[in-house]
Amino acid sequence: MKREFIKGNEAIVKGALLAGCTHYFGYPITPSSEIIHLVAKLFPKVNACYIQAESEVAAINMCYGASSAGRRVLTASSSPGISLKQEGVSYLAGSELPCVIIDVQRAGPGLGNIWPEQGDYNQVVKGGGHGNYKCPVLAPNSPQEMCDLTIDAFELADKYRTPVYVLTDAYVGQVMEPVTFPSTIQKGERKDWAVYGDKNSSNNLISSIKMNTVEMEKMNILLQEKYEVIEKNEVKYAEYLVDDAEYIVVSYGITSRIVYSAIDTLRAKGLKVGMLRPITLFPYPKKRVAELAKRVKGFCSIELSNGQMVDDVRLAVNGKVPVEFYGRLGGAIPEQDEIANKIEEFYLKA
Amino acid sequence: MGKIVGKPKGFADNFVRKPGSYPKVTHYCPGCGHGRIHKLIAEALETLDVVDKTVFVSPVGCSVFGYYYFDCGNIQAAHGRAPAVATGTARSNPESMVISYQGDGDLGAIGMAEIMHAANRGENMTVIFVNNGIYGMTGGQMAPTTLDKQVTSTTPYGRDISETGAPLKMSELISTLDAPVYVERVAVSDAKNIMKTKRAINKALQSQKDKKGFSFVEVLSTCPIGWKLSPSDAIDRLQSQMETYFPLKVFKDDTETRSPKRLASALPKDEDIINILGVNDETVLFKKDEGFIKNFKDQRVRVAGFGGQGVLMAGVTLAQLGMETGLNVTWLPSYGPEMRGGTANCHVVISNKPVGTPLVELPNVLIAMNSPSLDEFLPIVEKGGLVVVNSSIVTKKIERTDVKAVYVPMTDIAESLGLRAASNMVAVTAYLAFTGVMKLDQLKKMLEVGFKKKDLLAKNMEVIDKAYEYVKINCL
Repeated sequence: MKREFIKGNEAIVKGALLAGCTHYFGYPITPSSEIIHLVAKLFPKVNACYIQAESEVAAINMCYGASSAGRRVLTASSSPGISLKQEGVSYLAGSELPCVIIDVQRAGPGLGNIWPEQGDYNQVVKGGGHGNYKCPVLAPNSPQEMCDLTIDAFELADKYRTPVYVLTDAYVGQVMEPVTFPSTIQKGERKDWAVYGDKNSSNNLISSIKMNTVEMEKMNILLQEKYEVIEKNEVKYAEYLVDDAEYIVVSYGITSRIVYSAIDTLRAKGLKVGMLRPITLFPYPKKRVAELAKRVKGFCSIELSNGQMVDDVRLAVNGKVPVEFYGRLGGAIPEQDEIANKIEEFYLKA
Repeated sequence: MGKIVGKPKGFADNFVRKPGSYPKVTHYCPGCGHGRIHKLIAEALETLDVVDKTVFVSPVGCSVFGYYYFDCGNIQAAHGRAPAVATGTARSNPESMVISYQGDGDLGAIGMAEIMHAANRGENMTVIFVNNGIYGMTGGQMAPTTLDKQVTSTTPYGRDISETGAPLKMSELISTLDAPVYVERVAVSDAKNIMKTKRAINKALQSQKDKKGFSFVEVLSTCPIGWKLSPSDAIDRLQSQMETYFPLKVFKDDTETRSPKRLASALPKDEDIINILGVNDETVLFKKDEGFIKNFKDQRVRVAGFGGQGVLMAGVTLAQLGMETGLNVTWLPSYGPEMRGGTANCHVVISNKPVGTPLVELPNVLIAMNSPSLDEFLPIVEKGGLVVVNSSIVTKKIERTDVKAVYVPMTDIAESLGLRAASNMVAVTAYLAFTGVMKLDQLKKMLEVGFKKKDLLAKNMEVIDKAYEYVKINCL
């Protein structure tokens, strides 16, 4: 166990090595580049493989190739780069290949800017590429979780044979905090489905094509069944002052950190407000939201987006109580008082 | 005498993956070149005794179903991406034989970036590029290698190369790169050329087996259906038109002279990871002082100045010291375009409670290393807060009377010891000396253990001492 004062982006790289990641393929983009910088420094020293790919598209397809060969693979990018990777992610999901993808979100649409935003929620949590797939999505809000959830992501990816996202943002990527690293190393097992280029695996096929509609539908149904199991077993969330709360704020990533502070302010004023922070965005903690909807006056979702996660809150609340939304866009970060005032306004209205 | 007719070992005995009731024949159209090229590959795999080691990456196009036939590991790739997929595979298992099999649309249009870069990196793989000048499976559309005036379903009036560009000569392009070891264009047009194709495929795979790197075999082939010709007329066209525009030749052959690549298996050892990450080094610098932690008053600090004044590092040093003394800390930089030109600044929170927002909107400490930073951040300092000013650069006094101000000639003190870059250490020292929120000897101890530029450590210690003396005499 070692505690280190470290950037969120760098904690990901160390977490990945401790998770048994052997291959990194990526293309540099701000504000995720500390990841590829540290990979470039560390991977060659420990005989792990690293390629700065010619494009995001090539990077995700290199991941496809190394994952097919049974390896634990990582790629990282930021919003515009994730858009480019989506084709490959669809193929990974269709061929049931494990892979960990980091999205250090920045502002969009288009080139946008390099400041934090959460406008990738829909493209990351709801599939994003073509076809009927979803990926488990983990949402850290601190460098410690950047490490821990990266390790979890590798485990989930192998367990369910699926690409897994770590969805974070420019600030969680750039912030430095103490991180305690585990001193054990996880290992990917030999996979009976992978193509190792040896006798035992020579009958294996990695593919997402089924020309027969019956077979293709069967494949799709199997995927949906897998997602149901993931929904049943892998939901993760954190709560802050929820037990006696009359009103619930939902937020994730950097926004949740500001909401913590805003809630302290509101509690000091006597308002019974708490926070539900989804750690998995898919699967979404919708059962917990529904439970809370039975006893609280209302919810609001605070996001750095135009209201993308709030849809999931509304689906789970199912009209029982009002669900409000407040968001900032374009890389603008709300101040804690601004958030506190908004929550108070919603609370009084509910 | 050996077997004359029969299936090479590279092929499955029955094509069980192929749907339908004819598991002995391929899905290819009569007169199509793919079947022939597949067979030459399957034979080469048998000859080189590498069937079990082979990973066949099939593209999008008619040969998308390569995995029906090859009795080895198979990966089906996205359109144009086979060389990237093959790169990932080859870099995972260097002993495996990785074949990227691609058509002309796949390789020369949508996958141009992937093929050029895999070739340029000299990946240890073999690319079999089947050039029939048309998109077969998709319905006979124009390919990047479609000949001038050729009629396709997307050039119904004939290809006009003044509009669409001339047919791409991929072997010529690839052979301009340094890394590829072997580049040849062949054709499956007649017995002689088919034998040449066989030799080319063998040579490429042998070279890969010898770990010599990237080989590229372009095979001119037929598509009677797409060309709307009978199989025999298609062969005529292949010889009379395709082979004229795309000359058959060896473009590059360094197979004899190239030495084998040293390919790592990319299997990190646990102890190497543990060592490089230092996850077992437990260094507890200071014994936890519960009283100190309990009574600690939150420090919400903004450090600001010019780029190059070590502003970000000053913040890191403070936060790290907080961490070492057992407090909760965060540090957040300003970054990117904001840092170019104007001011650089960072947010530091040090607290005995878990830190919510890492953004310091209402600092109770401002360390201003230059005038623009003072102008920018002074208005947001909390009432009763502290402003530490670099009086070497900021000559004015601050106007607010509801905050405390300390003036320290940071740059001068650092320069007087010949270490101009250490003005940030003066700033940190001045703040700690004035407030006593954390101990200077702990700062020194932390630097002794962790300071990266060991040759500058002693000088930095002198800077700290001198800054402390200055504050003691002039500010306290």
